[in-house]
Amino acid sequence: MSVSAATTRAPATAAPTSPPEHRSVKTGSVAWMALPALLFFAFFGGVPLVGVLVLSFTQWDGIGAISWLGVGNWTSVLADPVMWKALGLTFGIMIFSWLVQTPLALLLGVFTAGTQKYRAFLAVLYFLPLLMSAAAISIAYKALLDPNFGLAASLGIPWLVQNWLGSPTLVLFVVIFVLSWMYVPFHSLIYQGGVRQIPTTMYEAASIDGAGTVRQFFSITLPQLKYTVITSSTLMVVGSMTAFDLIFVLTGGGPGDATRVLALDMYLRGFRANQMGPASVIAVLIVLIGLGLAQLLQRLGGKDKTSSQMEGM
Amino acid sequence: MAPLAGAALSACGTSGPGTTGGSGGGGGGGGKASWWYLSGDPNETIRKDNIKSWNSSNAQETIDITFFQNDAYKTKIKTAIGAGQAPTMIYGWGGGTLASYAAAGQVIDLTDWLSQNPDVKNAVLPASYGPATIDGKIYAYPNENASPIIFYYNKRVFSKAGISAPPKTWDELLSLVKTLNAAGIAPIALAGQSRWTSMMWLEYLFDRVGGPDVFNAIFKGEANAWSNADAIKALTMVQDLVKAGGFIKGFESITADSNADQALMYTDKTAMMLHGSWTYAGMKNDGGDFVPGGNLGWFDFPTVSGGKGDPKDTCGNPGQYTSISSKASEEAQKVAKDFFAKGIMSEEVIQKFIDSGQVCIAASAADKFAASKDKDFLEYAYNLTKNAPVFQQSWDQALSPATAEALLSNIDQLFSLSITPEQFATNMNATLGK
Repeated sequence: MSVSAATTRAPATAAPTSPPEHRSVKTGSVAWMALPALLFFAFFGGVPLVGVLVLSFTQWDGIGAISWLGVGNWTSVLADPVMWKALGLTFGIMIFSWLVQTPLALLLGVFTAGTQKYRAFLAVLYFLPLLMSAAAISIAYKALLDPNFGLAASLGIPWLVQNWLGSPTLVLFVVIFVLSWMYVPFHSLIYQGGVRQIPTTMYEAASIDGAGTVRQFFSITLPQLKYTVITSSTLMVVGSMTAFDLIFVLTGGGPGDATRVLALDMYLRGFRANQMGPASVIAVLIVLIGLGLAQLLQRLGGKDKTSSQMEGM
Repeated sequence: MAPLAGAALSACGTSGPGTTGGSGGGGGGGGKASWWYLSGDPNETIRKDNIKSWNSSNAQETIDITFFQNDAYKTKIKTAIGAGQAPTMIYGWGGGTLASYAAAGQVIDLTDWLSQNPDVKNAVLPASYGPATIDGKIYAYPNENASPIIFYYNKRVFSKAGISAPPKTWDELLSLVKTLNAAGIAPIALAGQSRWTSMMWLEYLFDRVGGPDVFNAIFKGEANAWSNADAIKALTMVQDLVKAGGFIKGFESITADSNADQALMYTDKTAMMLHGSWTYAGMKNDGGDFVPGGNLGWFDFPTVSGGKGDPKDTCGNPGQYTSISSKASEEAQKVAKDFFAKGIMSEEVIQKFIDSGQVCIAASAADKFAASKDKDFLEYAYNLTKNAPVFQQSWDQALSPATAEALLSNIDQLFSLSITPEQFATNMNATLGK
């Protein structure tokens, strides 16, 4: 938020925080080299952020003149049940996605971290969904789920013919399923990398002590993956806050507002209903909640996050 | 990003060097104008050829045309107008969106120019001026094709179920629904997920039950206009139809953008469908023998006993609309007006629209339908448009964008029976005047 103000002073403020004197000279010169990147970020990240904050206090339909409104948008959006439902849905999808994706991604990651050739082949197969764009995946699933011309109808499986995208209760599970189908490969890749960093000597020692595969998983793999879990969870949680493209194409927020998550609510208010003020309020809320959640997850990771994972080895 | 960048260039750089700080970026000077148009055939090709021949015969008044995808265009044009970067000629659908452009002073008032040029004004059907007129002033020139909403039926399915004629009244429709369900055929195809498809039912029912005044009161923003007794009756009738199994099972999952609803018709899975006139061409293209074999029929929307609306009233989109940006230079505006007068609805263009199976709104089109292969349908749709005492523009275009968004969301819930007609009215009353 305060990035734009701090940018030009970055080198000066950075200097006092770096303790040893012989390093400060070095850090100072390095900090200057970060200036272009910081300016770039201030311009393309900071300025729009401030712009959105200002817009949230104005009335604008995107076409005519902008007029100052004060806190009007904030009070109306915070009193709007549609926004609260969207917020609830966002958290619901976030929690369910995490519950579905994390165990699957963890197990797949551990499995594909093995060295056998067939595992490498399977890893490539598992990764395929992530290579497709969210829009393509949504359109494909829409066609597959069509009650009359979709997969179930063509294969003649009656119980699979459901009102998948039209029932307010079923549609949520469809969204979580498709989201998971798309993102599990990415997270299993992160876990695969994490598992491969665990020294094999630990497993060797454990098997000498008589620990089986399951015991090794819970006593070595899982604790060693603590920071990987936090990284993956942070990406998942912050990603869920801004989940938009897949849901937009798959359901458009419907039926009714059954899948109108926060990011979609923002888009529909801004670009469908031409109400830039309320849309900006929601944009600011998304930034604040996203930052808060990311912070929270980092805290959960413990204060020793900068220390080595190899401790106690 | 490439098409966007290209469009930005063509919007402000058409007159070459020297335009910096010129006419506010609108279309450039030097006797040139710009036009943003929708991609997709057949109309994209028709317009490409149209501009090519215009430019070759009007070297002093050339026009640049850029094509965008429908949904992308709707967002892009709003942003461009808001930023003062609009093209000289603004393609649109009239109604609530055009009203917001007019209120912001972004499009010019064509009323005087059209009354000075009666030939231009009368070249298109008078009924098409409705959505272009805001507070008695005309802000856009209607052109291209009318898209009335048509009640289609499948003759093959009708004869299979032993039904001799399409329904004339709402009660006949309800009893047909029973007959069809008993025969194991889904009565009506509906792409419920798209929401505006469900809206077409309300447009017709509101008019048949209460006449045009019910929606006019809503349009004017009169307090509690949605709670009108006739409105509640129409909303209840829709839910009765849903409860009676009128629409195909799982209709809430079906989308119109994949044309799945049209496919239900030509694969004999449903007996009827209420949809825009453009689906005729779609079913003709994709349905094999269905349309050419004479299996597709159409009829007027049923009457409602005791209803106040004229059975000839229709709804849909009376035409396409082109406005002139007020930010464009005097020269560019003149080019646009000349193009309106001689190019946008030239004889060649009219003929091509008709050949592609569309209901051209040119006054001279009627004589040309007779020679078309789709004569029966085109004449029916043209007369529906021409003879309609009231041609109600699609609600989501007529109302302001904010209200339209709320409307579609509530219609969705009305059709899935999640809210009652009274709740629908209460929710929509809250949007009146916004």
